[in-house]
Amino acid sequence: MADPRPAGHPAGLAVDLLDLTRHYGRVRALDGLTLRIEPGELVALLGPSGCGKTTALRILAGLDQATSGEVQVAGRDITRVPANKRDMGMVFQAYSLFPHLTVADNVAFGLKLRGVDHGRRRSRAHEVLELVGLSEHAHRYAHQLSGGQQQRVALARALAIEPSVLLLDEPLSALDAKVRVQLRDEIRRVQLEVGTTTLFVTHDQEEALAVADRVGVMKGGRLEQLAAPAELYANPATPFVAEFVGLSNRLAAEVRDGQVHVLGASLPLLPGSISTGSGTAMVRPEALGLSPDADGTATVTAVAFLGPFSRVHCALPDGTAVSAQMSSSAAREFSAGDRVRIDVERSGVLVVPQ
Amino acid sequence: MVPFGLFFLVPLLAMLDFSTRKIGGGGRTWQAWRNLVQDDQLYHAITISLGLAASTVAVMLALLVPTMIWVRLRTPWAGRLIEFLCLLPLTIPALVIVVGLKGVYAWVTYFLGESALTLAFIYVVLVLPYAYRAIDAALSAIDVNTLSEAARSLGAGWATTILRVVVPNIWSGILSAAFISIAIVLGEYTIASLSGYQNLQVVIVLLGKSDGPTSVAASLATLLFGMVLLLLLSLVSRGRRAADTDVTTGVVAPAPTTVAERS
Repeated sequence: MADPRPAGHPAGLAVDLLDLTRHYGRVRALDGLTLRIEPGELVALLGPSGCGKTTALRILAGLDQATSGEVQVAGRDITRVPANKRDMGMVFQAYSLFPHLTVADNVAFGLKLRGVDHGRRRSRAHEVLELVGLSEHAHRYAHQLSGGQQQRVALARALAIEPSVLLLDEPLSALDAKVRVQLRDEIRRVQLEVGTTTLFVTHDQEEALAVADRVGVMKGGRLEQLAAPAELYANPATPFVAEFVGLSNRLAAEVRDGQVHVLGASLPLLPGSISTGSGTAMVRPEALGLSPDADGTATVTAVAFLGPFSRVHCALPDGTAVSAQMSSSAAREFSAGDRVRIDVERSGVLVVPQ
Repeated sequence: MVPFGLFFLVPLLAMLDFSTRKIGGGGRTWQAWRNLVQDDQLYHAITISLGLAASTVAVMLALLVPTMIWVRLRTPWAGRLIEFLCLLPLTIPALVIVVGLKGVYAWVTYFLGESALTLAFIYVVLVLPYAYRAIDAALSAIDVNTLSEAARSLGAGWATTILRVVVPNIWSGILSAAFISIAIVLGEYTIASLSGYQNLQVVIVLLGKSDGPTSVAASLATLLFGMVLLLLLSLVSRGRRAADTDVTTGVVAPAPTTVAERS
């Protein structure tokens, strides 16, 4: 893939989180987290509430201290360096613009602290505001901006200091759906333009898959899997990843001869599966195809219209619920009570013990 | 509204009438008002009270503002304790405070002399509950933790964070605390009288026994000064509220064209 960064623009720095642990009393927020972010890469940490993703980001920012472990940027140990000396830009989940300053002054705040002269501060503020499309709002105050605009200014403010690492702590979670998608794409565009190494924390799988070079799925303070979005989706390493990232049907399966036999089909096994015997196969809804068949073994129980695609819910003779995803036009031929035959797409399947 | 206004206005007009009436003859005179600056004892008392107000506010702000911000940011577990300590003076009568602090004041006068300005230390305790409430309300109105974390991530140390980010955003609360403290100090009589110092209120009472019009003129002047302060406070708060509600909740500006689109 071609480097999207403008020619001559400095690439980001590598970030290493090495065996980080963080205990809050008896609670282990981080339990031996090790993660490397390559220079200029955008890694998203994804997971449910309390999985430790924000703790990891705050430790990297210097806003929290690890109980043990090490934080390195470009090979340099910064574990004990205070937050204000780390040279990292951060965008917070809550609106964090300074209410008493204009947009331009907010963006120039970090530069002023670095002793940059007035003229250069102004021009740099204008430059980054232009990057996020808000240069015409430079003289407004935070309360005169919408939520999406405030977060874009916060992004501009974080980028103005040309940080070694950009940290995004659920910056879109307070926004409505449409603005969220718009700003999500914009964050990715800006990150590619400036080439800053970025850690993006979110609990929204769609957000993570859409913007990140690699996605790390966390659970209980540990990294379950770190992979490119497509790889993560297609080849989940654990049942948790399979279920957290996208939907999965849990179907009774038999593993023998290196193949998994499920719904009458023989499919290849994904690494991490059981090697033999009975298990539960994690099958994506889009890997299932339905066809009307009066002798079919499954019965349609409901059809959920989701815009461009629909999800058809079926029941197997033993009562197991199965969902198949297809285009809404294809789903139109099914309705509750129809008998259908289920075909399984030939792709790798993760099989876990029952 | 009109009865409410009259309820306050009539006594004030009566005070103005009395303070400008010629005693023993008809007509009007401004002599009582001139005495406010010409009577040495009264003039001295006014300067003492203004000095007390200024030093009380200075000490109170120097103590309370950094403490409350620090507690919010770094030691939230101490919040309840600080609140309890600050509100405690409300429950203790002035007489008890004076008796209780007599021993301490032996040392204060030993080190700082017999100046009436030393009353500022007691007055700081006296104004704590009101100042605490004003500053606490201002701190509660902003997300102190997120703002300070944002400032620190941009390179600000703790002092810079407090002085350049937190304080400007609780300015209305600080002004409220200062104005309320000034009003309390200018109207304080009990502690000064029991401690044997002559502040404005003590001298007004003394004057009332020999020169009624001047005493009433001084009382009215103090009242008007307090009212002007409260008016200023109200204007500052209203200005702040107006700024806060001047929201332009326009739609998100269209995203700029991407590099690819531009090329």
